[in-house]
Amino acid sequence: MNNRTVEIGVGLFVALGIAALFMLAMQASNLSTMSGGDGYIITAGFENVGGLKERSAVTVSGVRVGRVESIDYDHTSFEAVVSLRIDAQHDSFPVDTSASIYTSGLLGEQYVALEPGGALENLVAGDRLQLTQSALVMEQVIGQFLYSTAAGKSEQ
Amino acid sequence: MLDALQHLGRATLDFFERLGRGHLLLLQMLAKLPGLLLRPGLVLVQLYSVGVLTLVIILVSGMFVGMVLGLQGYNTLVDFGAEDSLGVVVALSLVRELGPVVSALLFAGRAGSALTAEIGLMKATEQLSGMEMMAVDPVQRVIAPRFLAAFLSMPLLAAIFSAVGIYGGYLVGVPLLGVDDGAFWGQMQGAVDLHDDIYNGVIKSIVFGFVAGWIALFEGYDATPTAAGVSRATTRTVVHTALAVLGLDFVLTALMFGD
Repeated sequence: MNNRTVEIGVGLFVALGIAALFMLAMQASNLSTMSGGDGYIITAGFENVGGLKERSAVTVSGVRVGRVESIDYDHTSFEAVVSLRIDAQHDSFPVDTSASIYTSGLLGEQYVALEPGGALENLVAGDRLQLTQSALVMEQVIGQFLYSTAAGKSEQ
Repeated sequence: MLDALQHLGRATLDFFERLGRGHLLLLQMLAKLPGLLLRPGLVLVQLYSVGVLTLVIILVSGMFVGMVLGLQGYNTLVDFGAEDSLGVVVALSLVRELGPVVSALLFAGRAGSALTAEIGLMKATEQLSGMEMMAVDPVQRVIAPRFLAAFLSMPLLAAIFSAVGIYGGYLVGVPLLGVDDGAFWGQMQGAVDLHDDIYNGVIKSIVFGFVAGWIALFEGYDATPTAAGVSRATTRTVVHTALAVLGLDFVLTALMFGD
């Protein structure tokens, strides 16, 4: 076997392998969309976070502006405290911004949607959102529906 | 009665002797690795025969596995109206599991068996003892470069397998079945985590390369130096590597994705 052929073959193999790793990292994973840990953190208290998970998306008008950093339970206010890491370039949300937990699609993942309010002051790192809307729990919705149908029937 | 007991004892002792010899060889190989820096040419030739020659089977099977994943995933997901998640299904199953595991199994069949047969034949034709007579350490000259080559090629092969497989899934999913192009890549990028999925996949393939190289070389080095012995050793390489890879895959998956 010619030495040159071997070396070219190995060179090609290694280049191909590195290209494949690069492709996996850049095109198939979240490296291109990762905020890299910068940005700032705001918190929000929810009565019920439903199926929200760490790393779930935080969106405004459907545009992803950050991710859920952590979810904890606050023993003094008896609610779930969700830390949201917002990307650094999105730094001008009014202080009366509200947060809701929505589901993408019928069975999709849950995410936090922010709705900017009208205040003049902007949120800074560590602020806590006051206006929040909990995740929709299917049993509660069905229960309310059944209750209202039953109430409607008895009135007739 | 006593004969049966003796057989049992003999088998147990044989097992532990082999285990001990295997670990001794591993230690020797690891100790000889720094010496290879002086002779990179030896590793290069082995990288060619272990890595480059395995490339074709990896490329072809990666493409087909990806395409099958695309088809099967689509058929299941379309029932839930979730065919946009096809990219996630294909990428996660390839990067986490199929890439490292299937390429390790193919590697055992293509390269591991060849390594065992080669070393076993060298032993049967007394080339290894010949080297020792000439004060050339066979572990340094023959075994360690092959081990390093197996160890280095495996992650590259697994990455190539996954990347080609993702393109295979893309080819079936997007142009053929009509999944949206943006949703395919976008959902994939949203769901595949660089650290949790891709790094862990690479770690798996490094472990598999280590184990596959070790088993193949040990079976060859420890083979009975006859034609039948070499044939048995080659079979054992493929079977043991497959079992070790699948068993280790479970352990690694439990450690990485268990919580």
